[in-house]
Amino acid sequence: MIEQTVLSKELLLGFYRQMVLIRRFEDKAAEMYTLGKIGGFLHLYNGEEAVAVGAISVLRPEDHIFTHYRDHGHALARGMDPRRVMAELFGKATGVSRGRGGSMHLADPSLRFWGGYAIVGGHIPLACGMALAVQYRGADEVVLCIFGDGATNIGEFHEGLNLAALWKLPVIFLCENNFYGMGTHVRRAASTPEIYRRAEVYGIRSEQVDGMDVLAVRDAMTRAMNHVRGGNGPYFIEALTYRFRGHSMADPELYRSREEVEEWRRQRDPIVRFSAYLTQNGYASADELAAIEQEVEAEVEEAVRFAEESPEPPLESVTEYVYVNPGPARRVAHA
Amino acid sequence: MPELTFREALRQALREEMLRDERVFLMGEDIGAYGGSYAVTRGLLEEFGEKRVKDTPIAEAAIVGLATGAAIGGLKPVAELMTINFSLLAADQIINHLAKLYYMFGGQFTAPAVIRTAAGWGQLGATHSQFLEVIYSHVPGLKVVMPSTPYDAKGLLKAAIRDPDPVLFIEHTLLYGIRGEVPDEEYLVPIGLADVKRPGRDVTIVAYARMVHVAMGAARQLEAEGVDCEIVDLRTLRPLDIETVIESVKKTNHVVIVEEDWKSFGVGAEVAARIAEQAFDYLDAPVVRVGMLEVPMPYNRTLERHVVPDEADVVAAVRSVVGSRV
Repeated sequence: MIEQTVLSKELLLGFYRQMVLIRRFEDKAAEMYTLGKIGGFLHLYNGEEAVAVGAISVLRPEDHIFTHYRDHGHALARGMDPRRVMAELFGKATGVSRGRGGSMHLADPSLRFWGGYAIVGGHIPLACGMALAVQYRGADEVVLCIFGDGATNIGEFHEGLNLAALWKLPVIFLCENNFYGMGTHVRRAASTPEIYRRAEVYGIRSEQVDGMDVLAVRDAMTRAMNHVRGGNGPYFIEALTYRFRGHSMADPELYRSREEVEEWRRQRDPIVRFSAYLTQNGYASADELAAIEQEVEAEVEEAVRFAEESPEPPLESVTEYVYVNPGPARRVAHA
Repeated sequence: MPELTFREALRQALREEMLRDERVFLMGEDIGAYGGSYAVTRGLLEEFGEKRVKDTPIAEAAIVGLATGAAIGGLKPVAELMTINFSLLAADQIINHLAKLYYMFGGQFTAPAVIRTAAGWGQLGATHSQFLEVIYSHVPGLKVVMPSTPYDAKGLLKAAIRDPDPVLFIEHTLLYGIRGEVPDEEYLVPIGLADVKRPGRDVTIVAYARMVHVAMGAARQLEAEGVDCEIVDLRTLRPLDIETVIESVKKTNHVVIVEEDWKSFGVGAEVAARIAEQAFDYLDAPVVRVGMLEVPMPYNRTLERHVVPDEADVVAAVRSVVGSRV
């Protein structure tokens, strides 16, 4: 049983720092994208920081993460080096995935962070497979599987949930419901827009939580961990959240009103809310929080410098990592 | 040397690898209580229990996806897709995930799962009579194996289970009952190595899976006419052992490629192209391909037989090629 941790000042300021790091990192990535330093698709996590930070704060080093393509926030919350994340966005050799993956495909096995995945819902069976391996080995480890509301209409979601429940796999499903699958509102895509209820039909215990409140997410995740580690099978959390920026940098945002976005930004911003909580409850002064922000600013600048100065992957390395053993075995056999 | 059926040889391979390595486990539709839809896994649930032999729901994407995730987690899953036709429901998992992970994450981890599946025909209609090995052989990151004999089936399946990369292992349903010599002692057949199943001087017949046997039959007929066929069994489609084919072509100067599949954009097209690139000057006649008629498979028995290439088709193709011998 994980007790509700006493929320020490250090812990709380750590959450604040991580959320600010994610926000600044994303803003800087957007800037680098407009400068042409980052290519392809860039999906930013602004607004959803409380979900990643609250949920991942409960994981232990031996636990596992599989996530979707809007993955920078999860990577940073898990402790991935911002310099190597930025370098991956730049496509550099020093990137976490050696420039092969890009923004959507961050991974670091030393953190048991098994990847961002860019096919919506495609990683849900993978996470269940990792949970199967954990169960098979008899280990006390938990797999966190993060996806968006859009993933809950795809077959792999339902196949994965069914098997996870049937086999009582140690996996926590965390749905980041930001209300839009790209530009389609959840009410226009899901027959059951209360997504946590979809888990109930598989016999999976589920709950909905305010994803703009880092401590509420952390509480839900603590309940989930206790449930799963008790051998009770999977748990499902639907975190209601909101993406402050477009789906990707290419999104003109024709599908939602400026007023709607402004309302969420003004009234529900998870960083503003948490900052007020910290100052009002005497955990930190405004000056202390400002000092953290400055520190983070420097860290993000350093990440950009590192990415800028890092080398491109050598051309001759392009065929590496297709096969561990490329063969043909014939040469070996004749050797 | 004892004789085993193709099916028994596969079962032996699974059993031996499960005994050798605790991490090896099986999962798939009806592989346990039912005994396997083609009876390959019969008896293994009773011997190894539900932890090692997992019946799954009919959910192909989950079968491959869970196998992939478990492989990332350090296990050696052997997942079974009842037929390759159903692999299309797992194509996202196979092509977008299983094949890509090692590269896409910069070589940080692998997913060495084995996906066993069956392909064949027998009045099953259009959706249950496809081969589709070409689709998967097209994809970098996958290895694709398609054996023709019990000996190769066992040795290649054991090699696939020990391979550090993902392997798609395709079993021809019409071969499950054939018998062949399989030694008692342990052996592996390396992935990526073709095999000359019949040496000959006059013409190279490139084939794989059941077509190797059809080619052997054709070669016996042609022998009576004084034509000596060399039969190269590809065994692995990716990585393709083109060197063995090229060596044979340099010797015989004539080539017929036989595939139990549509010819367009197929294995024959690939092999012919590589021969043109690497041994054009050794050819005394154009390369000829023998394959299925380009229609969805009909149910009617006579029509179906007409669609699939047979010995007569191979004999005719060889005659047309060696007829131009100088």
